[in-house]
Amino acid sequence: MYDPTVARLTYRGLLGRRRALVLGALPVLLIVISGVVRALTGADDQVAHDVLGGFALATMVPIIGVIAGTGAIGPEIDDGSVVYLLAKPVKRPTIIFTKLIVAIAVTMAFSALPTFVAGMILNGNGQQIAVAYTVAALVASIAYAALFLLLGTVSRHAVVFGLVYALVWEALFGSLVSGARTLSVQQWALAVAHKVSDSSLVTSDVKLPTATVLLVVVTVAATWYAGRKLRTLTLAGEE
Amino acid sequence: MSTLSIDHVSRWFGNVVAVNDVTMTIGPGVTGLLGPNGAGKSTLINMMGGFLAPSTGTVTLDGQPVWRNEQIYKQIGIVPEREAMYDFLTGREFVVANAELHGLGAKAAARALATVEMEYAQDRKISTYSKGMRQRVKMASALVHDPSLLLLDEPFNGMDPRQRMQLMDLLKRMGAEGRTVLFSSHILEEVEQLASHIEVIVAGRHAASGDFRRIRRLMTDRPHRYLVRSSDDRTLAAALIADPSTAGIEVDLAEGALRIQAVDFGRFTALLPKVAREHGIRLLTVSPSDESLESVFSYLVAA
Repeated sequence: MYDPTVARLTYRGLLGRRRALVLGALPVLLIVISGVVRALTGADDQVAHDVLGGFALATMVPIIGVIAGTGAIGPEIDDGSVVYLLAKPVKRPTIIFTKLIVAIAVTMAFSALPTFVAGMILNGNGQQIAVAYTVAALVASIAYAALFLLLGTVSRHAVVFGLVYALVWEALFGSLVSGARTLSVQQWALAVAHKVSDSSLVTSDVKLPTATVLLVVVTVAATWYAGRKLRTLTLAGEE
Repeated sequence: MSTLSIDHVSRWFGNVVAVNDVTMTIGPGVTGLLGPNGAGKSTLINMMGGFLAPSTGTVTLDGQPVWRNEQIYKQIGIVPEREAMYDFLTGREFVVANAELHGLGAKAAARALATVEMEYAQDRKISTYSKGMRQRVKMASALVHDPSLLLLDEPFNGMDPRQRMQLMDLLKRMGAEGRTVLFSSHILEEVEQLASHIEVIVAGRHAASGDFRRIRRLMTDRPHRYLVRSSDDRTLAAALIADPSTAGIEVDLAEGALRIQAVDFGRFTALLPKVAREHGIRLLTVSPSDESLESVFSYLVAA
């Protein structure tokens, strides 16, 4: 199911281009903000919760997910170089699964790791806040990577759709409409984080069993469907 | 030895028919797929390569369907027309990756790079390659698993004459070894030099099929149109129409010229100067008015 050559090509494509700069910018910003906040307010659990919940999990993780998830396949489909993967006796689900693993790893590295560092800077993991949000970022990375990899496979405007989902649905609707929160990767991740860390500040609107089921279903279904779409991918635009 | 069979294949995109009921069999040796730009060559090659489903009909390689059949790529090597090819890799890394995806190693990649004579630049990034170098590395990636069928979409586009010769020699060698090689082109001379067999596609239809002599004859024997200006158009017209090599003449008053349709190319080209001399007429302009490849192809479709 995992092809090291596909993985190598995907990693190099993701980390070698301008994408790497964009991927690195948000984590750096998070850590800088955390340093400034800590210097101004001192170690404050509520502030740590606000920064990690409001910026790291609600904004940074989905954006990194969009860049890594769509970037793992979208550019290859756009420029047609995916033909070199497709003209091989390699099963399409293997290509998608491998790209998913790469997208998850990159999203985790560029979102969960900086979230933990920021949490430690903000309040030294008081009330388990740093650990809780790191777990949330790890869990969300999986679902986001799968969702946005699917988006990159089916749409040429994957980045736009991905950003609209990440910023409008997750950040805006999620805070205004309670129903939207049930269908929010962020809330599912928070449910898992709450259970793991037992932090009283980190809570979710979705119960753990629902969140777990939805996380698994979304990840598996998106990956399965992306593999299916890749099998019948039409390389249009030549004529 | 592989045979690619295209059986009553059509492909439409919305209301546009790109390929219209094409049936052909491509056997060992070099076959040229000839047609003007936009004729449907790439659509057809994409269907042959399994990257596009026919709307109707089937494409099979030795009886195996090509569409939705990953295992078929053990036998097929593809050289796409598009330029994009993991530019951040070196030539060697690119060909090695292609070899690995076939379950092969660096040895196969080295052999393929040697075949296309690209060893000297194999450690340079692909982004620094010229068009011809890219084409050769693409060839290496397609040859790495020693395929029995090689599909090339407009492989000579943008190549200089020396690179063109090299690639032609390579493809001839592949054909002579018993591989089935199919390449597309919109240039007749290119196809003539290389292909033992030619398939002509015009406006999505299969217009002609055969060796280059037959295709060339079809093209030469077609009616030719000329625009002629002379010192006495009407006298010239009267003298020409008396000869069976001329099928029709129109006096174009706006242009101040004759529009002549000749049915016997050889005889007409000998007749025109002779008639002019006999009647003391000076020929001011003699120009073929439909020599574009498209018009030649359209004739083939009607033939």
